[in-house]
Amino acid sequence: MKNAENNDMRHTDAVCVNESQIAHPWWYNLKYLVIGIVFGITFVKAEIVSWFRIQEMFQLTSFHMYGVIGTAVVVGAISIQIIKRFNIKTVYGEEIVISEKKFNKGQIYGGLMFGIGWAITGACPGPLFAHIGAGFTVIAVTFISAVAGTWVYGYLRDKLPH
Amino acid sequence: MLELIQQPWPWYVAGIFIGLTVPTLLIVGNKSFGISSNLRHICAACFPGNVSFFKYDWKKEIWNWFFAAGIVMGGFLAMNFLANPDAIEVANATKSNLRQAGVTDFTNLLPADVFSWDALLSLRGFFFMIVGGFLVGFGTRYAGGCTSGHAIMGLSSLQWPSLVATICFMIGGFISAWFVVPFLLSL
Repeated sequence: MKNAENNDMRHTDAVCVNESQIAHPWWYNLKYLVIGIVFGITFVKAEIVSWFRIQEMFQLTSFHMYGVIGTAVVVGAISIQIIKRFNIKTVYGEEIVISEKKFNKGQIYGGLMFGIGWAITGACPGPLFAHIGAGFTVIAVTFISAVAGTWVYGYLRDKLPH
Repeated sequence: MLELIQQPWPWYVAGIFIGLTVPTLLIVGNKSFGISSNLRHICAACFPGNVSFFKYDWKKEIWNWFFAAGIVMGGFLAMNFLANPDAIEVANATKSNLRQAGVTDFTNLLPADVFSWDALLSLRGFFFMIVGGFLVGFGTRYAGGCTSGHAIMGLSSLQWPSLVATICFMIGGFISAWFVVPFLLSL
């Protein structure tokens, strides 16, 4: 497994990056649709997308969300260790790449802002998608507002402390 | 079997499914798990303006939209075909806190008295749906990721900047849930 260090624009302020060098026809992306469906069902069925679950988490009245996130991190970390240890490749034989994140103050200021928004909306970006699918159509407005927030960040980026 | 699926899933089942998304995305296509980047790709594809932050090859990232579209469809399927017939679970202490703050509906994933088209034009609705969404979009990008990118992908790959970000998400969340949300509910 490689640890990539990249300085292009796409890698700026991003964790989730497509590291594959292979170009495929568009329908290869359908596998991500399937993974997303399983993920979305999990979100709703475990009530992770419940506004109340987020209030519980921050009011420290339920273990549920801590259990979900904690288990996910442990499972993810063990998986990545296995990938590293056995040098597991992608299904196309590519070496798996995880880009290294550099610290900047945005993780503090932005993190606090997102945290405040998270408790207000009861949703991080993933649950916003699940809410819309689950029939809470008004959350489309929240989603558009989140896109606007991202755009304004991009516009102001050079003037903000990092 | 269907009855089992219709029950609310316990935290460890959800945790395992979400955790396994990390290696699955890496192995099927070298993709790092993350969701908030979708918002940036929308900006890059639809209205990049003259902002260098949005000038990159977004077509390489359409896999992320397929993933997000899957989440929308998963939400639809779970709600319409696998729904739990009972009201959702809410801890009693939180229920009484929120009732005091003015929430009346505890039946669904979102309280209908706070999040609805009717509430959108009220001051309270404006803060919960519009300002809240703006903070999520601005904050996640400023932080470089959301719960999936930092708390799950970042912590799983043992990156300390992601730990800093996750701690700040939590601090912001605690401040918000204890002070901001009760105030906004009183509007």
